[in-house]
Amino acid sequence: MANVSLRNVRKTYPGGFEAIKGIDFEIGDGQFCVLVGPSGCGKSTLLRMVAGLETVTSGEVDIGGRVVNEIEPADRDIAMVFQNYALYPHMSVYNNMAYGLRNRGMPKPEIDTRVREAAQTLELAGMLDRKPRQLSGGQRQRVAMGRAIVRQPKVFLFDEPLSNLDAKLRVAMRVEIRKLQRRLKTTSIYVTHDQLEAMTLADILVVMNGGQVEQIGSPLDIYRKPATTFVASFIGAPPMNLIRLSGDEIRAQFAGDSRSAAETGILGVRPEDLAISSEATADGGITLNLTVEAIERVGAETFVYGTRARAEKAVSATPGELPEGEVIVRIPGQDAPAIGASIRATAPRDKLHLFSADGRNRIDI
Amino acid sequence: MVEHRRWNDILAYAILILGVFIVVFPVYVALIASTHDAATVVNGNMPMLPGSHTLENYYRAIFVGGSRASREPVGHMLMNSFVMAMGIALGKIVISILSAYAVVYFRFPFRQTAFWIIFVTLMLPVEVRIYPTYKVIADLKMLDTYAGLILPLIASATGTLLFRQFFMTIPDELLEASRIDGAGPFRFFKDTLLPLSVTTMAALFVIQFIYGWNQYLWPLLITTQESMQTIVTGIKKMLTTTDELAEWQLAMATAILAMLPPVAVVVFMQRLFVRGLVETEK
Repeated sequence: MANVSLRNVRKTYPGGFEAIKGIDFEIGDGQFCVLVGPSGCGKSTLLRMVAGLETVTSGEVDIGGRVVNEIEPADRDIAMVFQNYALYPHMSVYNNMAYGLRNRGMPKPEIDTRVREAAQTLELAGMLDRKPRQLSGGQRQRVAMGRAIVRQPKVFLFDEPLSNLDAKLRVAMRVEIRKLQRRLKTTSIYVTHDQLEAMTLADILVVMNGGQVEQIGSPLDIYRKPATTFVASFIGAPPMNLIRLSGDEIRAQFAGDSRSAAETGILGVRPEDLAISSEATADGGITLNLTVEAIERVGAETFVYGTRARAEKAVSATPGELPEGEVIVRIPGQDAPAIGASIRATAPRDKLHLFSADGRNRIDI
Repeated sequence: MVEHRRWNDILAYAILILGVFIVVFPVYVALIASTHDAATVVNGNMPMLPGSHTLENYYRAIFVGGSRASREPVGHMLMNSFVMAMGIALGKIVISILSAYAVVYFRFPFRQTAFWIIFVTLMLPVEVRIYPTYKVIADLKMLDTYAGLILPLIASATGTLLFRQFFMTIPDELLEASRIDGAGPFRFFKDTLLPLSVTTMAALFVIQFIYGWNQYLWPLLITTQESMQTIVTGIKKMLTTTDELAEWQLAMATAILAMLPPVAVVVFMQRLFVRGLVETEK
């Protein structure tokens, strides 16, 4: 059991590419920390630095009060689950799990107890003699987890462990990982690019972009109060609608707000906070006049894609998933307006987000 | 359409049968020749059916040798060839796997240079560098020794390249998982790379065993004593006679015997091959 602290950690590759640009945060004992971000944001590199598979250019990686920068991966008391599982193809399931313990010179009876216990937990008991190639994807995933569990490490590291599984299995394994971690109370760091995994698994969520941390916090805090337009569009699906407003509009919209010094700003509103209604907007809320372009019915809810009648542009913040001027409205049920219809979408004031023009700062309203 | 397909099949079979016939017929003639006495073979009308001297010919070939006393019996030559082919095959596997391991997994100065130097030796087969190689072996006093027969043929790049290509297909995560599991470089090699390389080693063994077995020029050069002769050079010497008839029936028996070990190696190792192909690991 241990805390993990990163203190001003940087990574520069020999070519001069700076993958990690100074990262500071601390993960408390037993917490489940998820690093999330688009591909290339440095989240895997950061995880591999904690594992000891990448060197640390500067700063300190601290596991359980011990700076481990110069310590071999095997001696860091960590266990890692890889994206492609990295099981030893020629070893049986039993040996895959026992290998690390044998290398540490653990007595045989104890290895046996631990492996059988882990197999029991992961429902692998009947498969200990099989080779990895005789297992399904989900079972291989369990063996990879088993290999980590038997070590009883201070920290679990997960590098996108579910991305090779099919959608259904992914959901099931996600729940299992969470339950397992709760029970073992082992500090964990989990890398993913799937915001749904991130939201559901994390105690602490770290949103990364371009080698830097965009925001750290509990998943719901981040959802409710994204610090930047990047976070706003990355967390939540479909992404938050972002609309660039001129200073005048900001002043009109947020009358009496003294912070309209910024000439322009970005207004954000989540698709699920918009409602289709013909009634007047509540005080301080917004109204968007939209022409319906496309409808997606998912079953329990429906996504309405509309373009704004007026010429204002919606901003796409990287990774913007919205074409300019397009707004998504998420409504419950299956009833949706016809394509081509004009609709009014409204949102109350407390559901609006305002960001500075460059999208780097949140402005409280 | 169906008709058409059948004619295709017939044609394919006909071509294949013709090919097999072309390859097998000389071997068959050798086999037949090894069962007749000298007079029958030499008179020019080779019978197409086995004769009655099989046991005698093979007995003489294996244990006695040709009619002249100086010639080694085949048994000993087979032994020499076997030692040489095994030495080359095994030595090459050991050297290749170690050098490929170094080149792929270790960062050392001039790593690329080392690799290219190894690569360049591909362009210098034994025949091309035969004079300097002979000089080196002679200076090392290795003429007429097994070491002299084996060592120069071990050093070449084919095996290193083969293992390098194979190692590059092994995912990096396997190495990383080993590191986290506390396996150092030696353990990773022993516990993970070696078991995964078994089929590659089998393939290399077959190729190199046959390569070693079939060597002609090099053994001819560096062996002067009859007792160090290999079977391939031995067959040739049986036929170079000055004043008497070559004992074709013995030469053919020897040739048949010389074919058996490589055939056995292929047949035996093929099972490993196939197993390796069926059970795709990784």
